[in-house]
Amino acid sequence: MSNKKFSLPVLGEVDRRTAVKAGAVTLGLAMLAKAIQPVMEWSSNLTADEFLQKHYKELKPKELDVVIKRLQEEALHEYGREVKIKNPQAKSGVKYAYALNLSICIGCRKCAEACHLENNHDRATHNSYIRVFEMQKGGIDFEKGNCTYDNPVPAPDKFYMPVQCQQCDNPPCVSVCPVEATWKEKDGLVVVDYNWCIGCRYCEAACPYHARRFNWTKPEISPKEINPNQGYLSNRVRPQGVMEKCTFCLHRVREGRLPACLEACPTGARVFGNILDPKSEIRWVLENKRVFVLKEELGTKPNFFYFFDK
Amino acid sequence: MPHAPEPVPSFARSRMVKGLSFVLVIALLAVLLLFPKPQSVVVPEKVQTASAVNEERHFETFIRKPAGPPSVKTGLLDPHGQPVSVACNTCHATRSPNAELRVGGNLSTFHQGLKGNHGNLTCVSCHNGNEGYQTLRLADGKSLPFTEVMQLCAQCHGPQFRDYSHGAHGGMTGYWDLTQGPRQRNNCIDCHDPHFPKYPTVRPAQGPHDRFQSSPHDQKGTGHE
Repeated sequence: MSNKKFSLPVLGEVDRRTAVKAGAVTLGLAMLAKAIQPVMEWSSNLTADEFLQKHYKELKPKELDVVIKRLQEEALHEYGREVKIKNPQAKSGVKYAYALNLSICIGCRKCAEACHLENNHDRATHNSYIRVFEMQKGGIDFEKGNCTYDNPVPAPDKFYMPVQCQQCDNPPCVSVCPVEATWKEKDGLVVVDYNWCIGCRYCEAACPYHARRFNWTKPEISPKEINPNQGYLSNRVRPQGVMEKCTFCLHRVREGRLPACLEACPTGARVFGNILDPKSEIRWVLENKRVFVLKEELGTKPNFFYFFDK
Repeated sequence: MPHAPEPVPSFARSRMVKGLSFVLVIALLAVLLLFPKPQSVVVPEKVQTASAVNEERHFETFIRKPAGPPSVKTGLLDPHGQPVSVACNTCHATRSPNAELRVGGNLSTFHQGLKGNHGNLTCVSCHNGNEGYQTLRLADGKSLPFTEVMQLCAQCHGPQFRDYSHGAHGGMTGYWDLTQGPRQRNNCIDCHDPHFPKYPTVRPAQGPHDRFQSSPHDQKGTGHE
């Protein structure tokens, strides 16, 4: 065997063994760089605090305060608006339910519009948690329904059916979540911890009402249009790549206020209230109107009821 | 409500009974101080009342009301440039009501622009011609101020009024939980034009443009052809 010498850029003239070692080290370093590349990329838009944040339910009140303070600072920095993120808690003896009078609804989409504004949705996609279907009278056939209508409403021989999260008692979206980033609160609201969601979209696929939305892009809203009254589990501006959903305006209803979609309804088709209060409006509707739920056969047990007057 | 068991005389010297009678005296004092009429205090009732007070609704539901008798614009402007309006009885005090005239009927002077389509009602079905049209007229002939218009509508539209009274008809804003805040509700004529009560056709607001909104057959270039 000849002791042949190689000429390498930095090491100069070396023997074969050293040359192979140098090659291996170079390759190793290159692979390491490639392997840790995602971490380097993350660091640009993901702070260590955010990365290390615990699940909502594991956060102690003090830790949550820190998280909320950070989120408020981020909102100011990224959206140029001073916001107040609150975290109102479920009250005992309260369970929310919604009813919608299909005889009255005219399909004006004012509810979807109000949702868009209240819940800080992306302006470009005009996103909303409410999808209004224009339905053929004579049955409830979504195959014949249309939610892109732009004709004057109500059109002859049509009825209108707004569909949003049904806040199911047996929510399929919750059971499929692999990381428990979504759950049902004591007052019946199904919520998402946007900081725990990994964006796998299983819940979107599982929901038979198509009530969940995915943030494909970072929501764009001008500072003026941001709704500064926000909730950690509801309408704070969601990050890119996470799921979001209707929470019956959790930040409003837990403070006793009516949801934004109800206040916006010009015909008064919507009835909201505490289903555990026998004197509530919602209970009167359930006891006196012929209510039905969507896709009852699936056993999701919705807390959203529909009814016709006649 | 704390209950102190009745002391039994045979145990009068035991420490336990001393303690119990002390508690009883304190409880009695508390009852005397808290409630001015102790003879009316029956424990279960009092507990009930206390919880009822907690559940009592603190805030009211305000129903919007029309301002009062309407006034009619004369088309003239006053020296400040403000339109001149006149009260109904300015003209109607000297004119006798026409009981035949239908809502939306032809008039030679005033109210010509008033379109109407409300069943077979005539003007004087609801407007009180006997009082210079300054009030409304119930079906039994009694007059009703304009502010109480809902009572007039309820005469014929019972089911709607029943639903309204139970919060299942008509728009509202404010609080679902009246212990936390008030609620404002519309009245009938906020949404329904009394002369043309059918809700008008409107242009819908823009909907979300998510990709599931359009049917797959409308979409071009999705790569699924």
